[in-house]
Amino acid sequence: MFDAIENWMQGFGWLPDGLITFSVIMLKIVLLLAPLMTAVAYLTYAERKVIGMMQVRLGPNRVGLFGYRIWGLGQPLADAVKLMFKEIIVPSGANKGLFLFAPVLAMAPALAAWAVVPFGSEMVIADVNASLLYVLALTSIGVYGIIIAGWASNSKYPFISAMRAAAQIVSYEIAMGFALVGVILAAGSLNLGQIVAGQEGGILSWYWLPLLPLFVIYFISGVAETNRAPFDVAEGESEIVAGFHVEYSGMPFAVFFLAEYANMILISLLAALMFLGGWLSPFQGVPVLGDTFLGQDSILWLFAKTSIFLFLYLWFRATFPRYRYDQIMRLGWKVFIPITIVWLLVVALMVLAGWL
Amino acid sequence: MSFEQIVFYFFSAILLLSALAVITVRNPVHAALFLVLAFFTTAALWLLLEAEFLAITLVLVYVGAVMVLFLFVVMMLDINTSTLKERLGSYLPVGGLVAVLAIAVMAAAVGRDHFGLEQYAAPERLAADASNTRMIGEQLYTVYLYPFELAAVILLVAIIAAIALTLRTRPGSRYQNIDKQVKVKRDERLRVVKMDSEERK
Repeated sequence: MFDAIENWMQGFGWLPDGLITFSVIMLKIVLLLAPLMTAVAYLTYAERKVIGMMQVRLGPNRVGLFGYRIWGLGQPLADAVKLMFKEIIVPSGANKGLFLFAPVLAMAPALAAWAVVPFGSEMVIADVNASLLYVLALTSIGVYGIIIAGWASNSKYPFISAMRAAAQIVSYEIAMGFALVGVILAAGSLNLGQIVAGQEGGILSWYWLPLLPLFVIYFISGVAETNRAPFDVAEGESEIVAGFHVEYSGMPFAVFFLAEYANMILISLLAALMFLGGWLSPFQGVPVLGDTFLGQDSILWLFAKTSIFLFLYLWFRATFPRYRYDQIMRLGWKVFIPITIVWLLVVALMVLAGWL
Repeated sequence: MSFEQIVFYFFSAILLLSALAVITVRNPVHAALFLVLAFFTTAALWLLLEAEFLAITLVLVYVGAVMVLFLFVVMMLDINTSTLKERLGSYLPVGGLVAVLAIAVMAAAVGRDHFGLEQYAAPERLAADASNTRMIGEQLYTVYLYPFELAAVILLVAIIAAIALTLRTRPGSRYQNIDKQVKVKRDERLRVVKMDSEERK
């Protein structure tokens, strides 16, 4: 499709090559970001609906579209409009420049990481060699938004929140990094597309089975990295009101919100790519089903697998009470990191034995 | 100027300006953030050299971890710049000497005689499928195996030493033993008493 557009633009004759490449890339970015932002908006709706049902409530069901109520599906749009028209208040004691820059710092890495995420064997904006490393590096930068927001607000609760977030994210990044090293060892590549290709051949050859402890640790660390319940001590509304975004209102607050949900979707998608075979069909090689359309690799499988993890995020939030801060640290340093190191040795032995 | 040169000078300018800002801005948090920017633009320059593994690792390690901890400490400082300025006079001679020495050493090491296109030819373009990560790995684990292992051992010793130096359990302090808390069984805490209901008196 993109080749056709490129050919069509070259057909004009007077457009410079650089401009053609640039506009095709921009088109790809728009085609990725527009659905992503819609998914983020409706993830907030799904969250309220799912948690509502788990608590035997209805969840949002009033705001509809064009006079039809349709289960409250208009709620995210109404929320977006409300946030856009709210006044942006900058506290008088705040460091104004950094206060307004912090949401940008939270959002930019959350979106930039998507550049290397593949949605199919050919569907990727930038097919980088070290794409997994790139994603890890960019997700680790996201914490600056929180830290700077906490500091620039010049207020006590945001500051405590910034301290908590900094310590927590640096700790869990190590466990997460080690879990990813296991995947890299098993796949023999840093490229996300090749990692998926290495899992070819039915549900039992996906990496969730040989890397089960790393899989669990990766996802739990991912929950901690995105500051979601039960690891949301950086927000902790019962202790420090709302943490780093106490002082934010309107669009800057909304940007923090969007970044958090974009990161959730990213972590879920990466978990699906690295441990559940990405776009590969679970029925590959199964006698009857494997020959039907269910046996085909498709982007729908990727989305279905991603949804599992997104649902887990919401389920965790409805189920678990918030961790105490020292217990979060203990879990990260004394439980997860030793387990990942031991399992790395096991994975290395499995690779040597030729099982992977 | 080719596109590559424009990119190079763009990032170099940002790098130099932010490096200058690190030592000139008053606010230590701003200084730390400028250092982050300096690391980031350095990573961009390394990407120009097709060293993508090093560039991403620089962002991952220095920006993502080291500078976060730096900020963690710097944010808690309460620095009064006026008291710092009072003692500037006594520090100036020593500081100046150190600066001059550092510049001299750097000029000797990376001056015109040692760097430049005459000494080093421009690196050749790598093939599109060349993996920078694999190339570094092959060098590290074959040619430079012993220096690499030595560095690893030294780092390990440093980690253990840092923990040993800061780990101290004061005898009088009360703290929670989480392992003990987790291992607790229901029977140790809870006693279910079965009794018949009693008549109200």
